[in-house]
Amino acid sequence: MTLNGWLQIAVFFALVLLAAKPMGLYMARVYERKKTLLDPVLGPIERLLYRVTGVDADAEMGWIEYGAAMLIFSCATLLLTYAIERLQHAIPLWNPQHLAAVEPYLAWNTAASFTTNTNWQSYVPESTMSYLTQMAGLATHNFWSAATGMALAIAFIRGISRRESKTLGNFWVDLTRGTLWVLLPICLVYALALVSQGVVQNLKPYDTVKLVEPQSVTVTGTDGKSTTTLVTTQTIAQGPTASQEAIKMLGTNGGGFFNANSSHPFENPTPLTNLLEMLSIFLIPAGLCVTLGRMVGSPGHGWAVFAAMSVLWFAGVLTCYWAESQPNPLLHGVNQRVAMSGTAQSPGGNMEGKEVRFGVANSALFATVTTDASCGAVNAMHDSFMPLGGMVPLANIMMGEIIFGGVGSGMYGMLILVIVTVFIAGLMVGRTPEYLGKKVQAYEVQLSMLYVLIFPLVILGFTAVSVLAPSFGTSSLSNHGPHGLSQILYAYTSSAGNNGSAFAGLNANTHWYNATLGITMLVGRFLMMVPMLAVAGSLATKKIAPESLGTFPVNNTLFTVLLVGVILIVGALTFFPALSLGPILEHLLLRSGISFS
Amino acid sequence: MMKHIVTALLYTVVTAVLLGIGYPLAVTGLAHVFFAKQAEGSLISRNGELVGSHLIGQSFSGPGYFWSRPSAAGTGYDATNSGGSNYAPTNSALATRVTATVQTLNPKGTNAPVPIDLATASASGLDPDISPAAAFYQVARVAAERHISEDAVRNLVAAHITQRQFGLLGEPRVNVLDLNLDLDKKAPVASK
Repeated sequence: MTLNGWLQIAVFFALVLLAAKPMGLYMARVYERKKTLLDPVLGPIERLLYRVTGVDADAEMGWIEYGAAMLIFSCATLLLTYAIERLQHAIPLWNPQHLAAVEPYLAWNTAASFTTNTNWQSYVPESTMSYLTQMAGLATHNFWSAATGMALAIAFIRGISRRESKTLGNFWVDLTRGTLWVLLPICLVYALALVSQGVVQNLKPYDTVKLVEPQSVTVTGTDGKSTTTLVTTQTIAQGPTASQEAIKMLGTNGGGFFNANSSHPFENPTPLTNLLEMLSIFLIPAGLCVTLGRMVGSPGHGWAVFAAMSVLWFAGVLTCYWAESQPNPLLHGVNQRVAMSGTAQSPGGNMEGKEVRFGVANSALFATVTTDASCGAVNAMHDSFMPLGGMVPLANIMMGEIIFGGVGSGMYGMLILVIVTVFIAGLMVGRTPEYLGKKVQAYEVQLSMLYVLIFPLVILGFTAVSVLAPSFGTSSLSNHGPHGLSQILYAYTSSAGNNGSAFAGLNANTHWYNATLGITMLVGRFLMMVPMLAVAGSLATKKIAPESLGTFPVNNTLFTVLLVGVILIVGALTFFPALSLGPILEHLLLRSGISFS
Repeated sequence: MMKHIVTALLYTVVTAVLLGIGYPLAVTGLAHVFFAKQAEGSLISRNGELVGSHLIGQSFSGPGYFWSRPSAAGTGYDATNSGGSNYAPTNSALATRVTATVQTLNPKGTNAPVPIDLATASASGLDPDISPAAAFYQVARVAAERHISEDAVRNLVAAHITQRQFGLLGEPRVNVLDLNLDLDKKAPVASK
C-alpha cells in the first residue's frame, strides 16, 4: 500500500461526499415535479412522450398497480431486446461486421441480464453483438433498468413519507423524469468527456492495422496438431462505446461494450476516466441518501444511512487494497527473479489481471466500488485477485449491494434493512418499533424478512446443484480447488444481486448456466421488488405518531452502528460457511504453498 | 391493466428510438466535431499506413524491441477478443507461465529481478503500457541489438514516461508502441 494509493482513494471519497448533496436535492426536486433549470428543454419532450404513449401524468397508483406497470414494462423491454438479438443479422443497419443472430439460450440470458440491471455477459461482445444490438438492445436497458430502480426507490421513500395514503406515485412519470432529467443530460456531457480521453465513438467497421513487428504464433488445434502462422495485422474492434459507457456506469449497469469491460483501453483509457467511472457509479446512490432525508423531512436520517454505507465501503477497500498489495507466495519459486515489492517505478503486489495505468490501488478501489453498488463493471479481473482480495467483491454483493448500492435498488434494499434494524431495536427495549413515526408491525417485518431470505435461497440453492453436477456444473470451471467453488458461488451471487461482475474464468455460456443464471437474475430483481413494494404500500397507509421519549431516533451514531451490525449479521451469518470453504480456505492453502492444476 | 400494456409497448418503442438511436447518434456527431481523432480510435499511421492505436498494445518479441506484457487476448493482443487469463492465484498454470516469461526475459538468470508487471498478464490483454521499471529493465538488450549506447536508449525511455495524471491519478507508465515507433525512427534496426 502506498501513500499515493491512499491519497487517490481519499480524493475519490471526498468527491462522492461533495456531490451527494447537490445531486440528492436535485433528484428530490425532479421526482416531486418541482421546477428545474432543464424544464424549458425537457418539459415539451416529457409532455409529448406522455401524449404519444397514453400516460395520464396526474393519475396516482397504489402499490399493486405501480408494481404491475413496472413488471409489464420490464417484460416489454425484455422482449424487444430478445427480438433484436435474434434478428440482428437480418437488419441491415449498423452491423458492419455482419455478425450472426445470437443463439436462443444466450439471447435469453442476455435479455434477462440487461432487463434486471445485472448486465452479466456470457458472450464476447465484440464478436457477438452488432452495433445496433449494443445501442438499441442493450444500452437502452441501461437507461430503462436504472430509471426503473430509481422510480421504485422513490416509491418506497413516498411510502415512508406519506401518511394515510393509498398511493405511491405514478410509475410512468417517475420513469420518465428519472430518464429525462437525471440520466440523459448527465450522460450527454459525460460521454463527451470520455471521448476526449480516448474512448471510441463511431459506427465504422473494425480497423485493420499493420503490426510494427509481425509475430509468428503457434496454435494447437483441437486435433492436437500445432500450426505456426505469421500474424502481420491486428484487427481493432470499434463501435459506439462512449455513449454506452456513460450510462453503463451512471446507471450501475456494468455491461461492457467490450469483453474486457472497463479494463479495455477503449472503455477506460486513462486514470481520469477511471476516476470518473468510479464516481459515476456512486453519484446517484449517494445522492439518493440525501433525497431520502429531504423527502421524509429528516436530513439527519439520510446522512446516518450515508454514514453506515461509508463505513462498510471503507472496510471493503481497506481489505481489498491490503490483499492485492501482497505478492503471490506461489510465485516464490521464481521469486528470486521477480521483483515483488513496489517501487516508485513499478507497481509490485498482485498484477495478474490488472492494468499498468491503474495499478493496485485503483484496481482494488474499483472492485470495491463496483460491487458495493450493483454495477459489475470491472477494470481488473476479479478471478485473479488474491483469495481475500476477491472475497471483498463477493462479500459486498452478499450483503445485498446496499453499500450505496445500485441506482434505486441500493436505497430500497437498505431501507428494508433499516426496517429490520428498527424492529430489532424495538425488541431490545420492549416497545412497538416505529420508523419515522410509523409503526412497524408483523406484516412489514414478515415481508422484509422474505426480501432478505429469497436472496441466499436462490444463490446457495443453485450453487449447491452446480457443485454436485460434474457434467454441467463443475465442467465449466477454469480454476480448481476452493477457487472452483468461489467461481460458481460468485456467478450466482452476482446474478441474484444483479451485479454482473464475474470470476470470469467460469465458462457460463452453456445451456445450464445461461438458463439458471437468467432465472436467478429475474428472481433477484423482481421477486425482491414485489415484497419491497408491498412494504411501501403498507407503510403509506399508516398514521404518523408524534415523537415521544420512547421514539427510537434514526438520525444518530447509535442508529448507524446498529444498522451496520444488522447488515453484517444478516450477510455474514448467511454466507460465512460458503465463504470459509471458498476464499478463506484458498487463502490458507495459498499461504502453505498449495496449488491446483 | 390493458391500458398499461399498451402504454408499456408504446413507451418501449418510442424510448428505444430516443435512447437507443437518437442518443448514441448525437454523441457520435458531437464527438466527431470536438474529438474526432479519439472517437476514431486514436489511430497511428506511419508512411501513410495504419500501424496501430495509441491505446491498444501489440506483441513484440524481437530483441531489438521493447516487449509488452504477456497477453491472454486470443493468441496475444487480439483486439477483437479482449480479456485476462483469469488464473486464480492458486492455479499452477499461473506459476508455470510466469516462470516461462521470466526465463525468456532473463535467460541466464544473471540479471536483476523482473518487474512484476512484465511477468503478469493484464486484465484486457491489450494493455498498451508497461511500468518505467519494466522498460528500463529491457534497455541493455535493446541497446545491444540496435548498436547504440545504453544511455541513449535510457534517455529515450525516460522521455516516454507518462507521469501520474495531474501528478496524482493512476500510475507512471511507458507506452510500448509509442516507444518502439520512436526507437525505429531514431535507431532503425538493420532489416533482416
